[in-house]
Amino acid sequence: MPVMEYIDAIRLAMREEMERDEDVFVLGEDVGTKGGVFTTTKGLMEQFGEARALDTPLAESAIAGVAIGAAMVGLKPIAEMQYSDFMFPATNQIISEAAKIRYRSNNDWTCPVVIRAPIGGGIFGGLYHSQCPESVFLGTPGLKIVAPYSAYDAKGLLKAAVRDSDPVIFFENKKCYKLITGDVPADDYVVPIGKANVLREGTDITVISYSLPLHFAMQAAEELAKEGISAHILDLRTIQPLDKEAILEAARKTGKVLIIHEDNKTGGVGAEVSAIIAEEMLFELDAPIMRLCGPDVPAMPISPPMERFFMLNKDKVQEAMRKLALF
Amino acid sequence: MNSETSVQQQSKHEMLGLSHQQVIDMYKYMRMARMYDERCLVLQRAGKINFHVSGIGQEAAQVAAAFALDREKDYFLPYYRDYGFVLAVGMTLRELMLSLFAKAEDPNSGGRQMPGHFGSKRLRIVTGSSPVTTQVPHAVGIALAAKMKKKDHVSFVTFGEGSSNQGDFHEGCNFAGVHKLPVIFMCENNQYAISVPVHKQLAGKVSDRALGYGFPGIQVDGNDVLEVYRVMKEARERAIAGEGPTLIEAMMYRLSPHSTSDNDLAYRTKEEVDENWKKDGVVQFQKYLMACGIWSEEQEVELAALIAKQIKEATEYADQAPFPKPEDTLLHVYAVDGEVNA
Repeated sequence: MPVMEYIDAIRLAMREEMERDEDVFVLGEDVGTKGGVFTTTKGLMEQFGEARALDTPLAESAIAGVAIGAAMVGLKPIAEMQYSDFMFPATNQIISEAAKIRYRSNNDWTCPVVIRAPIGGGIFGGLYHSQCPESVFLGTPGLKIVAPYSAYDAKGLLKAAVRDSDPVIFFENKKCYKLITGDVPADDYVVPIGKANVLREGTDITVISYSLPLHFAMQAAEELAKEGISAHILDLRTIQPLDKEAILEAARKTGKVLIIHEDNKTGGVGAEVSAIIAEEMLFELDAPIMRLCGPDVPAMPISPPMERFFMLNKDKVQEAMRKLALF
Repeated sequence: MNSETSVQQQSKHEMLGLSHQQVIDMYKYMRMARMYDERCLVLQRAGKINFHVSGIGQEAAQVAAAFALDREKDYFLPYYRDYGFVLAVGMTLRELMLSLFAKAEDPNSGGRQMPGHFGSKRLRIVTGSSPVTTQVPHAVGIALAAKMKKKDHVSFVTFGEGSSNQGDFHEGCNFAGVHKLPVIFMCENNQYAISVPVHKQLAGKVSDRALGYGFPGIQVDGNDVLEVYRVMKEARERAIAGEGPTLIEAMMYRLSPHSTSDNDLAYRTKEEVDENWKKDGVVQFQKYLMACGIWSEEQEVELAALIAKQIKEATEYADQAPFPKPEDTLLHVYAVDGEVNA
């Protein structure tokens, strides 16, 4: 089985889908000749031509809006937002349009668009190249939101997103691009949207997370195992719609839950996951639900000590996991 | 002297390739839209419906535009005043009334959206929303799809002059200009964005904005049906020939208040409104047809009676039609498993 980087898996998913279906195309800033500022779309223009690896004017609302129009008449656009920090001009198109097209037309029109956007910090990106905007889109029914943590999931979830009948936001973690490598089968597989995934079975504490912080949690779990602490780890994979059954099942495994994400704490995915658990099984818990998240500041500063302060890492995660285990 | 020959020699519509029957049909749709709109206002005042947003004063340009398009192929992204347009491309009075009454059978939205928020896949009327001008990039995306798939349809999108200040207008125009896409942008400049007059919305002409995007912008008298038809026809020919988009600014006047929730005399005078009634494009076109000798007072009376009957039937049907089931509020958020939309 080929081992590849997370970013290569994303590129492979696009290539395979474009080979499979000529209605699939990529559009965005610098996605053509340059092959993307991160090289995510490198080689697609050479293989599929300018029209299907379409360099667009620098205008995010048009990138999303044009993709929405094309999707409504049967094409399968993958719109790239260069950084998720820059997708806010497209938010009206995503929330007022893409999310509501099926609903408002009473199932007459549909909008099977994919919007890819890199999230996350730790790359000296400062306030506007580091954000995690999941919470802006969470709570908008009609949108699906996925956030892969591994190369395998990146390929499988992106292929599922392209084949989905509804709009999907694909939040890829830019810190994972080169840092994370893994086995990626060459065959045509999809990772189903809406299904969480147990990464590690355990009995003492349950960690629920998505994207980059899962790697910290997996490393921390290895070390905590030596201390006799057994961690159960659930990857949400899809953060909208949330896999409630899997969340409750994972929480029941241990009765102690820690939710981790890089997006800031207030109003984040953790708040929703925590509310689901509290609503359904509060009296089965053995400890208060804990959250470890980015701080409630507007965004991540660029100065290295400040960036390190903001970012999660293995040690911070391990400490939080140990604290919960000892509660 | 053969009067038929005389008409053919003189009439502008024939020089534009329109038959007598076609211009009569155009007029019928204008009159239908006008009478529909007037009935909606009455129904709201009578408490039968909650809300109506009017297009009175804009029907002439709307119907002219529809007739210049290919009504079997093209994609339409009308805005919320375009009753004349949607009627002319095939929506029925019954369908409009079902939407007005927010009934389950409403093909636009199943009773979910405000009236005036059109959508019908059957008629290639693309579902629209209330935040203005979001439909412009959609029209560009549909035109991009036409170019990519080598299909000979154009997309046609309308919006008001206030909306032409939105970023989506500019982003959409620029994208279409860069890629020379088959799309026609038509601004229905009705002089008011709710209460804000055009001189507080625009320092220049909407049509001049096309220059910055590399395609033609044309200002046209929106009350002149045949002029609108002519520029629209040329715009469609350019689009199909691969010559790119056209921006048309049709000048008109919103004769009715913004909506049934608006008192327009709080921001404009009755004299101003009355002055503009004299320029009403529907009446001008009726006079033109009569001057051509192809329309008469008797036909006018018959037409008005026929439309009144159709509106009455549509109103009664929609009034009696069932509302959506309350729990259907929960349907169609996402595709259900296995559901594939054509």
